[in-house]
Amino acid sequence: MKKVAIVGVGQTKFGKRSDASIREIAFEAFKEAVEDAGIMRGEIDASIVCSATHYDKQRTPAGVIAEYLGLNPQPTFNVEAICASSGVGLRNAWALISSGLHDIVAIIGFQKMTELKSDEVQDVMCRAGDVMWESPFGPTMPAYFAMYANAHMNKYGTKEEQLAKVAVKNHFYGAKNPKAMFQKEVTVQDVLKSRPIASPLKQFDCCANSDGAACLILTSEDKARKITDTPVWIAGLGLGSSPMSLTGRGTDLTSFGCAVEAAKQAYKMAGITATDVDVAEVHDCFTITEIINYEDLGFCPRGQGGKFVEEEQTYIGGKFPVNVDGGLLAKGHPVGATGASQIRTLVQQLRGEAGETQVKGAEIALAHNLGGIGMYCAVTILRR
Amino acid sequence: MSFGRFGKVSYVAENKLQNFVKFLEEGRIMASKCKNCNRIYFPPRADCDCMTGEQEWIELKGNCKLVTLTIVHFAPASFKGDIPYALGVAQFEEGPTVFAPLSKDIRFEEIKIGIPLKLVPLKLEDDRIIYELRKPV
Repeated sequence: MKKVAIVGVGQTKFGKRSDASIREIAFEAFKEAVEDAGIMRGEIDASIVCSATHYDKQRTPAGVIAEYLGLNPQPTFNVEAICASSGVGLRNAWALISSGLHDIVAIIGFQKMTELKSDEVQDVMCRAGDVMWESPFGPTMPAYFAMYANAHMNKYGTKEEQLAKVAVKNHFYGAKNPKAMFQKEVTVQDVLKSRPIASPLKQFDCCANSDGAACLILTSEDKARKITDTPVWIAGLGLGSSPMSLTGRGTDLTSFGCAVEAAKQAYKMAGITATDVDVAEVHDCFTITEIINYEDLGFCPRGQGGKFVEEEQTYIGGKFPVNVDGGLLAKGHPVGATGASQIRTLVQQLRGEAGETQVKGAEIALAHNLGGIGMYCAVTILRR
Repeated sequence: MSFGRFGKVSYVAENKLQNFVKFLEEGRIMASKCKNCNRIYFPPRADCDCMTGEQEWIELKGNCKLVTLTIVHFAPASFKGDIPYALGVAQFEEGPTVFAPLSKDIRFEEIKIGIPLKLVPLKLEDDRIIYELRKPV
């Protein structure tokens, strides 16, 4: 297998972007990534456009985005895995380059969600559950994850204050990220007093619908060494799946099987174990998700995730710095852009360009990108 | 297609499980059972993982225990008028699990993981039908 490197990254500011269309936010991220890579746009052999397309008025958005970015007549196509769309896009790009089919591939992840009202978005989102047996009863994304939260609290004694600590940490780092939707710190009390969404989850336990785009430029080893002195290598890839229905997942709803599987694959391919990870981005769509992710990735023993964040082990200076860009909770979660945004953050960490949130000497980074209510999970391991 | 009446909102009308709704109307909760490998499915399936046998209907008693739950305060547009409402996953004594709303008759403070419940059919307005989890009599 040929080695594949990331040589360019870009991201728009996340948040309400009523000033721009999907093609324009895609352009912002793309321009930044192309300039970061120092390549000519015409050198890009193929583009992969990643979004949860049910939010778009534009059917098959790769068409309009490739046109607007000037990427015709090269191959372009959409990849959709809900919230894990660009994590899965990265896997596709790796395969295209590693096989020798293409030399330089652009991944463009985007979403524009704030044009829809929040309860309309929930109507779309409730169909991310099994539409035959679950959506007819009015579930929401928070409701699904709340059920995991209650199960985890019941089995392991995890506390609402520990969930709140995840939001406090991620907003602490979000306040330092100029591209985050929310750049303000919150306290445990702020989280506990925020309005109930789906018990035990409250508003600050939940990420926000957001607009934004992120772009990655990937290339082969030969090309990477010509383009840059600081390539970031894709060392491991994992992708797992779980049943879509909660009833298909048995009676222990305290872990995401797809994430455990993806992590196993990625660690094996990279030839590392969890303890080798210097910095991580994990999919904190809800506070409980981040706690479960620590356990699924092997950052802490099963059931200890709440205690782990309470002990501040996932701050810079702790055992595993996690979501030091603010995570989904503070950055916002423009569904299709999130996976690429995680990778962008980690590339900056491995290049030593992360400024005041730099994890000193970071050499190995891990991204965990969960899709929907935990049906898909992409885990990516990067090395400098 | 009777399945189009299942749920407060329905997204799937056409499937191979139309009789499920007919049984609900008779007050019965039915699972599917594979004639080849005897595996019981709830929700019922037209096809078994073993990829060989035909399926038959078997009645569940409806007795179950709560596996997990949430109280929904922020709902999809179609469910806005119902908030707050409780949703849960419960395990039948026969083994499979069900995702269902909890009856409005149960006070939220009483809803705890592990409590015994019973799944029963419930007719709604506009000729719609669902099932819900109730306190056992």
